[in-house]
Order: sequence, then structure tokens, then C-alpha cells
Amino acid sequence: MPWIGGEEFGRLFSEWKGRIRIAMDADAGTASSQRSAWALVGIKRRGAVLARRLWKTLHTERRPLLYGEIDISLYRDDYHLQTEKAMVLGTEITFRVDGVKILLVDDVLYTGRTVRAAMDLVLDFGRPRVIALAVLLDRGHRELPIAADFVGREVDTRREDRVLVLLEEMGEKDGVDLIRSPGE
Amino acid sequence: MEETAKKLEWKRKDLLGLNELSVDEINEILDTAEGFREVSTRSIKKVPALRGTVIVTLFFEASTRTRISFDLAATRLSADVIDFTGSASSTLKGETLNDTAKNIEAMGVDILVLRHPCSGAANQLANSLSCSVVNAGDGSHEHPTQALLDIFTIRRALGRIEGLKVALVGDVSHSRVARSNIWGLQKLGAEVYAVGPPTLVPRGMAKLGVHVSHHLDEILPEMDVFNMLRIQKERQDQGLFPSIREYSRLFGLNRHRMKRVKPEALVLHPGPINRGVELTPDVADGKQSLILNQVTSGLAVRMAVLYLVGTRGRGAPAEEKGT
Repeated sequence: MPWIGGEEFGRLFSEWKGRIRIAMDADAGTASSQRSAWALVGIKRRGAVLARRLWKTLHTERRPLLYGEIDISLYRDDYHLQTEKAMVLGTEITFRVDGVKILLVDDVLYTGRTVRAAMDLVLDFGRPRVIALAVLLDRGHRELPIAADFVGREVDTRREDRVLVLLEEMGEKDGVDLIRSPGE
Repeated sequence: MEETAKKLEWKRKDLLGLNELSVDEINEILDTAEGFREVSTRSIKKVPALRGTVIVTLFFEASTRTRISFDLAATRLSADVIDFTGSASSTLKGETLNDTAKNIEAMGVDILVLRHPCSGAANQLANSLSCSVVNAGDGSHEHPTQALLDIFTIRRALGRIEGLKVALVGDVSHSRVARSNIWGLQKLGAEVYAVGPPTLVPRGMAKLGVHVSHHLDEILPEMDVFNMLRIQKERQDQGLFPSIREYSRLFGLNRHRMKRVKPEALVLHPGPINRGVELTPDVADGKQSLILNQVTSGLAVRMAVLYLVGTRGRGAPAEEKGT
């Protein structure tokens, strides 16, 4: 049994999406928005899958959204400690970042180190007007002063647990698994 | 979350040649290079992946593009790069290659990029040093990053390597580029043709499974790729071919020959080109020429190689990964 099942996951996702939509609509009414567009930027791989889902429904003629995907493996702060490295997947940001409002999208917010890396990466592409953060789950245990602007749900976990967001696009059934650390 | 992300398998300390690499290792370099291509298009063309890594390019032979390409690749990975030109310093005073390299290593170098006129020089250093050694060309032995960038360019243009017919045209005998290409292309399933005058195509090619032809015109219509090797003009003095003009007439690609090749056939050249010898200018600058793509690919491939050897199994065991 998944920790958060398919139906509940669907509700969680659409509430999260709803809050992002409202914020973007509210922002569209302000004067400054005339000058800058929003871009959804997903953090590979699961954040990018979620960003693509968000983009599919949030991108409309009235509210056009830019889209990008980033791979932070070259920006990790622990590459010199790791014995295992992930494949470099490449970053695809094809729009001009200067002056754009970036909404970073990831599945789980944990230590905050991935988000730190993602911000550094985005800043290497230019000077966005704003960087905001949307995460489906916030599981706590931050190691850096980072907070999300849109959180689907805050979940209570222990540091040693693993939280896995499962996604159809990755060949799984939508849901969330919590793997408790052994010894509990 | 990274739990399902594909892991890098790279374990080697050095990159010495393609002969010793497995198909998986070659593909891993090429796939990693794909991930690095985009870095050169950013407004800040730099990633922090090799911050704090020291790379020395130790060159005992003249080279501009290979050296600049390695320098730029290292810089884009945020490594510190120091250039050392062999002939200009201590080697003139009689120091051996090993001693020079050991002294450089003692200063805390992580990666040594070596270009040397003696075949096997990179292998020798790799055995005696604990830092990584990347072979940037050793004698007539191997030039792995050149072959990798050739293969990367072909793979990007045609979408595959397997089943392709690739002609290496010209001085196959003295060419480390040819040798590395043969190993790499064959491992990935291409058919390799060595084309040139009998004096420039070594015996024994057939034993390696390479097709040999002494007439470029014979094989023109069949080939998917023509890799035109550089003719070193000094070879003429050794009597290996009668004249540059005759060589060009028999083995050069020109407008007339291009009419007989497949419409999607690619033309490559490792550079520097002798315009009018291996290729006429209209072919070198023509639609089917990927010579400048090769240079761009070279940067991505060298970034991938430096990244793979530079971050290989460094440091302590991995902590639990943050998300």
C-alpha cells in the first residue's frame, strides 16, 4: 500500500496546482507583470515530470507560460563526497532568463541543497526577476535557509526515512511511498 | 529524488585510448557529453562541477585546437588550468618525462593532459602517477578524445553508429586519429574502410577487420562518412607519395567526387585542413561538411572526459542523498 494513494494523490496535486494558478492570476493583474513572464522550471527528473503536468493545464493563451528543465548534478555540493554519481542529463532552458519570473518545481523538499543548486544553475543563465519554489511535499529537515512558496503538503518524516513520489510518466502508479529507516 | 536516476559507472583513473574501453564506457562518455553541450550556450558558460580541481596540460608537440579545447573544457568546469609546454622548459635541460610529470604531480595536480610524440607515453605516465592522465595524442598510437568527438559528431548527425560505413582517407599509417577511430567505430558496430596509397595504409588492417581500398573512387557511393585525415607534408620527403598534387587528385574530396557520394554522407576532418589537398575549399565549407561541428563537439566530449576522470570515486562514501 502506498503511503499516499492514487486518489488522494490526485486531490493533493490539483489543490497544489490550484494555489499556483490563483497566485499567477493575481500576479497577472499587477502592473509589473506586463513586463515579465512566468516560467515553470522543473528539476530533473521527478520535478520536471511534475512541472510538465502543471504546464499542460496552467499554460493558456491568456496566461502563456515558458517552460524549462534543469539537471543539477553539476551543481551538487557533495560531488566530491559522492562515490556514486548520477548520469548528467542536461539542462534545457531555451528562453532568455533575464527579467523572467521563475517557478522552480520539485517533488520533495528536504535538506534544501537541491534547491540551492537549482538557484545557482538558473542564475548562470541570467538574472531572473524572481525565483519562487513549488514542491509537492515538504518533509522538513532543512540544512539551508530555504522555504517553498507553494507546498502541496507538509509531511512528518524522520531524517533517515526516504520519501518517494511515484509518477505514471516514470512507469509507476501515481502515489507516494514512505520507506521507514530500518530499526524503527 | 534521484533513486531511479541512472548511475554513472565510470571507474577509470585515466583515459589512454579507445582500444581499452568497453562499448558501455564509450557510450557513457558520449551520453555524458550530450549533457554538457548546452553549457556552451549559456550566458555564463561555466558549471561548478570541477571546482578546486587542478588540471595541467603537458604538451610536447605543437597543437592549437586540442590544447585550446582542453583548456576551455576545463575552464567551463571551473577547474584551474595550467599550461606546460614541454620544449620550452626543463626537458631542454635533460629531465626525463617521468621526472617532469612527477614534479608537476607533486604540486597537487589532479589531472594531467598529455600530448607527446612517443607512442605509449601516456600509458607510461598513467602507470607511474597517481593523478589521472588523459591522452591528448601519443605518437602514432591513439588520440582518444579526437575519435570520441568524431563519433559524437556522427552520432548526432545520423542518430547512430551501428551499421554505418566510415572511410578513413589518407595517411592511416601515421595517424593516431585513425587508430582511435578504428577501435571506437568498430566497437560501436560501424564498418571501417582505410583508404589511401599502399604506402600510407599499413599492412595488417584486414586482420583488424578493416576494409582496405587504394582507390577512393571505388568506394565513394557506399560510404556514410568520410573522415579525411591530414596529410603531413613532410611525408612526401620520405617518398611515401610522389607529390601533393597527385595525392590530392587521387584521394582528395572535390566537387566532382561529391556528386557521386550519398546525399546524406558526412565529411569530417580532424584539422588543421590543408585546403586543396585533402579537401577542396568548396567541400570543406559545403553543406555536407561537419568540420566546425566537430570542434564544438570536441568541447563537450572533453568536458565529459575531464568530468568523468575528475570526479571518479573521490572522497568518502556517499551520504544519504538530499532532495
